[in-house]
Amino acid sequence: MKTFKYLLAVLGLFIGFAAQPAAAQSAAEAPDVLIKRISQQVLDIAKNDPQIQAGNYRRIMDVVEEHILPHVDFERMTALAVGRYWREATPEQQKRLTEEFRNLLVYTYSGAISQVKDQRVEFRPFRAAPDDTEVEVRSRVLQARGEPIQLNYRLEKKADGWKIYDVNVLGAWLVDSYRNTFASEIGKNGIDGLIGTLSERNKRLAASAAKTAQP
Amino acid sequence: MKAAPVFALAAALALSGCASTNPSDPLETYNRAAFGFNDALDRVALKPAAEAYQTLPDFMRQGVYNFFSNLEDVGNGLNNVLQGKFRAGASDFGRFALNTTFGVGGLFDLATGAGLDKHYEDFGQTLAYWGVESGPYVVLPFFGPSTLRDAAVKPVDFKTDPWLYVKPVRTRNIGTVVRVIDGRAALLDASNLLEDAALDRYQFVRDAYLQRRRSQVYDGDPPPAEQ
Repeated sequence: MKTFKYLLAVLGLFIGFAAQPAAAQSAAEAPDVLIKRISQQVLDIAKNDPQIQAGNYRRIMDVVEEHILPHVDFERMTALAVGRYWREATPEQQKRLTEEFRNLLVYTYSGAISQVKDQRVEFRPFRAAPDDTEVEVRSRVLQARGEPIQLNYRLEKKADGWKIYDVNVLGAWLVDSYRNTFASEIGKNGIDGLIGTLSERNKRLAASAAKTAQP
Repeated sequence: MKAAPVFALAAALALSGCASTNPSDPLETYNRAAFGFNDALDRVALKPAAEAYQTLPDFMRQGVYNFFSNLEDVGNGLNNVLQGKFRAGASDFGRFALNTTFGVGGLFDLATGAGLDKHYEDFGQTLAYWGVESGPYVVLPFFGPSTLRDAAVKPVDFKTDPWLYVKPVRTRNIGTVVRVIDGRAALLDASNLLEDAALDRYQFVRDAYLQRRRSQVYDGDPPPAEQ
């Protein structure tokens, strides 16, 4: 009888583990663990995929789409970059802005991934209280030549896990680097002007990205 | 490196004062002109040279990089000491000693493997550490983004650079050209990314540079910026 109970308990535990949905697992994943996992995955893929090494944007963007985008909160990122004008934008404009800014960042980031060669990522000690909902994860990309590239992430805890909403490259926060440009563009041509400028840039990037996919 | 005329020019242009609408960038009109000048120079000379340089074998470029990087550790060490960062300074001087001797004049970087970290510091950062404000953003012809404080004391950095004491002058000049091209080559990927990412390159470079500079002053850990 005792053995049977024991068996049942073990079985219950096993089922409990197996039945746990994937989303719940990533929600429980600590922010630094999440960033470490994504960084390592993307670096490994980039180093070992000959198509990525050859600069095939289509392939790179698939990787970005699959491994990185689910963990980024583009709406918050865009809202921060647009600053005080965000509340003046209609929901439709907000949607368009987020979409265009997201595409611009994806193109840029994809360009960075195609340049991965012998880099390694090193993480700095992570400090956060267990009940923090906003944290910063700090890393450095080490390369054979030149100063290590500082790469920090700001994350917010959401219902479905930690989401990145700002990135710091070489000491400069992405959102802050765009804020003035966005503000002056909106000042000159309004919110639709900024949407237009972003979308034009993305079309140009899409056209040059399409060329890289040719065999 | 003929720095003096460049600074005279920069100062003259800067002082010729240009009304600008942006309070965080009072010299914008001049700066944009200097940025355009640097950009044109880069397009016709520096970038093509760097691209050609990239075709050299990796070990050669690594050697060039290591050699000049080693000389910079003298200035790094001095500035760390001037900021009271004695441990970092000792590490930089240790690097210089180790790499110059066993690293064959700096061609090989043994120190990093031996656990002696490099700590990038210049005299502008030392002044900032002592409490000197950066002043407005200034784009220097040939040298690129800077601030008034950093531009004013750039000659001090030249004084702590052993290469600029090399004789004959011809060797010094050739070395300086190689060094500049090597430095530009390291930025090829980044500058191509910038072309894609920035809507207005002048503005993007300025805003990113000023943040980066502030971060350097605080050794990568700046307090939150006052908005």
